[in-house]
Amino acid sequence: MSDAIHLPALRRGVTYRSVDALRLANGAEISQVNSGLIRRDLLRGTAAERPPVRRMIAICREAGARFRSATLPLCEGIQQSPEDFLSQVAATGGLPRTLIRAGMERVAKVLDDMEQILAGLSRGLDPAVIDDGIGQQAGIPVSYHPTTEVLSVVLPSNSPGVNALWLPAIALRTAVAIKPGRDDPWTPWRIIQALLAAGCPAELLSFYPTDHEGSHALLRTAGRSLLFGDAAVAKRYARDPRVEIHGPGHSKVLIGADHADRWRDHLDLLVKSVAANSGRSCINASAIVTHAHADVLAHALAERLGSMRPRDLDDPAADLAGFSNAAAAELIDAAITAGLAEPGAADISATYRAGPRLVVHRGRSYLLPTVIRCTSFDHPLARKEYPFPYCAVVELPQAGMLGRLGPTLVVSALSDDPVWRRQLLASPLIQRLNLGAMATSHVQWDQPHEGNLFEFLYHRRAVQVAA
Amino acid sequence: MSASPDPVAAAASRLDEHLREMVDWHFSPATGSPFWLDWARTAGWDPRTDIRTAADLSRFPLFDDDLLRDLPNEVWIPKAYAGRPFFVFETGGTTGMPKQRLSWTDHLHDYTEFSSTLDDAAFPPGSHWLMAGPTGPRRLRLAIEHLAQLRGGSCYFLDLDPRWVKRCIAAGDFAQAEAYKYHVVDQAITILRHRRNIRCLFTTPKILEAMAERTSLPGLGIAGVFCGGTSMTPQTVRFLAEEVLEGVARFVPTYGNTLMGLACSLPLTAANGWSVIYHAPQPRAILRVVDPADPARTVDHGAWGRVELTTLTREFFMPRLLERDEARRTPPSSRFPWDGVADVRPFGAQSGKIIEGVY
Repeated sequence: MSDAIHLPALRRGVTYRSVDALRLANGAEISQVNSGLIRRDLLRGTAAERPPVRRMIAICREAGARFRSATLPLCEGIQQSPEDFLSQVAATGGLPRTLIRAGMERVAKVLDDMEQILAGLSRGLDPAVIDDGIGQQAGIPVSYHPTTEVLSVVLPSNSPGVNALWLPAIALRTAVAIKPGRDDPWTPWRIIQALLAAGCPAELLSFYPTDHEGSHALLRTAGRSLLFGDAAVAKRYARDPRVEIHGPGHSKVLIGADHADRWRDHLDLLVKSVAANSGRSCINASAIVTHAHADVLAHALAERLGSMRPRDLDDPAADLAGFSNAAAAELIDAAITAGLAEPGAADISATYRAGPRLVVHRGRSYLLPTVIRCTSFDHPLARKEYPFPYCAVVELPQAGMLGRLGPTLVVSALSDDPVWRRQLLASPLIQRLNLGAMATSHVQWDQPHEGNLFEFLYHRRAVQVAA
Repeated sequence: MSASPDPVAAAASRLDEHLREMVDWHFSPATGSPFWLDWARTAGWDPRTDIRTAADLSRFPLFDDDLLRDLPNEVWIPKAYAGRPFFVFETGGTTGMPKQRLSWTDHLHDYTEFSSTLDDAAFPPGSHWLMAGPTGPRRLRLAIEHLAQLRGGSCYFLDLDPRWVKRCIAAGDFAQAEAYKYHVVDQAITILRHRRNIRCLFTTPKILEAMAERTSLPGLGIAGVFCGGTSMTPQTVRFLAEEVLEGVARFVPTYGNTLMGLACSLPLTAANGWSVIYHAPQPRAILRVVDPADPARTVDHGAWGRVELTTLTREFFMPRLLERDEARRTPPSSRFPWDGVADVRPFGAQSGKIIEGVY
């Protein structure tokens, strides 16, 4: 069946089959559009009908149900059931179906709960204010104007769940232009089909499978963009205020002095922080910094993670994702090995696995979970982030942790010390702060994530109305 | 020699005859250049007797085009041209010394031949041209003007320095590169708006796209666009023809450079997937698609390989230069009864990043 699949582009709701196409790992083809086409579409301006926010919220809710369980159009003459979707994402992305299903549910839940999510992002703003551009909030006159007609989104391939981040834009009456990740075009495509089926105006939805030049066209032409990428990509757009960058997270668990002796109580939390979603997310912890007991903690964590191993993608127990690009896995493995050659780091996981870190299962490359005990935060391996369950364990006195933190997407701080908590709350380096026993991967969607999407898409202006 | 009824055989025969004539010219002490005469003295074989057909060209080693940068220009002057002032045309040179080719009339000859392939409906005789492509020490600057005048029109110009754009991109200064592109496009549109009798345009794909983002080119009277400078995927070609030129103005992509001349393309159609198939200006140049691992071997029709160029004019002899491009080898066509190269793209485009910029 997959031989006949050709995922087209979508230009403001109109399908467009490109002459250039890319063949995916499962034999399906996907159109590849050129950068000029994207720029031309974005520059055209739009007269799209934009239903009120409350209507868009209802559309999202309906789309969530359809995304989760309906059979939806895939391409000309071919439909996609939820089971087809799971198989397709697994085949091209190397993700076990269990993890895909979890990501699928995350997306559906965000669509279900859009009303609460918008309320959280806008601090309870009446949706009618967004429709009308003017109204009141807490008795104060407010006026908001959109910052862009179109939000472009350059997606990664690490997990279906990452798509949840751009969904509020639709409810906020903003058109989206999606560049899918190479290994997972299926999720954004299915979301778009679910939205269309639920009644979303087609002109609000564009889907541009393209190359780096096409991504650049999206980022430079759209008024606002979300960019997912590695450090090098992030650096290129770091000074562009129109681009919200989702680069490496460098998320961490910090264990304070008052909880360091109780580290065993938190072992489940640590495992989840490092290995949820197979460690593929920016909200996975890539470092655990503890006030004490780093050695024994590293061993216990490595032992627990050592149970993760490659399994068939449809195995209900599968929890480790493979690499669709074997060369990438080899490069990461080599980089870790090279880092270990520098004194001050030990691969604790090596004690708990029988063979090498890089293994092949059913023709696909996997990197086994890896816990590195670093004697210093200055060791190169202490600040690495890789798309598999990888974590450095470092021991630092609590008083010195904040000073060595560096930019961090998520901090889970295990401490009841009110003074230290205040210091963490005051830190500008932390984007998401979990206070208490909560894994770094725990996400409440009414909280901003690397920036508040409502504030990114709407600007508050001063408004004064004569009596 | 009797003419063959088979156009492919006839073209091959004509090529072999031209090849023998050119080899004789360049390796004869009375007419040849110092470089090739010196080379022959140490080669251990005599090209004048040993090169009989195009297949024999593999006796030459691959040409090192660094020689066009490192050696004095005088070594390339055929004795027959000694004492005649020459044109110097450059390629490369984004940093450091560019490669240079000398020319007397080759550039005019190439574009005279090319003119005969243009459709008068799209490039009306007597109409004016705008050259919105690389200028400076490039043959295009003079060649496009020659083409316009040959067809009874005049040519308007603007300045475009692709080396600066490439430097900006290499330095990561994309804003500067964009600003420069805007500056170029601004000039081009200004001329088109104020000189409404321009019907023909030469430009690069990126400049063409950028112009059409700001105006309707058919709306300004453009009937034909002759495009070159960078590779174009079939999708880009389709987009340029269908959307940028609105399916109204004719789009004529070409593949050429200072060292070869100009390869024409077969007419573009949706039926052949918007694939651009170029044919070298044989017998003055030969394009071969070769196995990158064994450049002596020509790949099969339909297969991908690296493009190898041989130039055979009285002014310039250059056997077996491996171009920085790869392409698919295509069979002879009725219009051009010799092999073509299709879907040209930078060599290694699938494995590494190559800067192309606006040029």
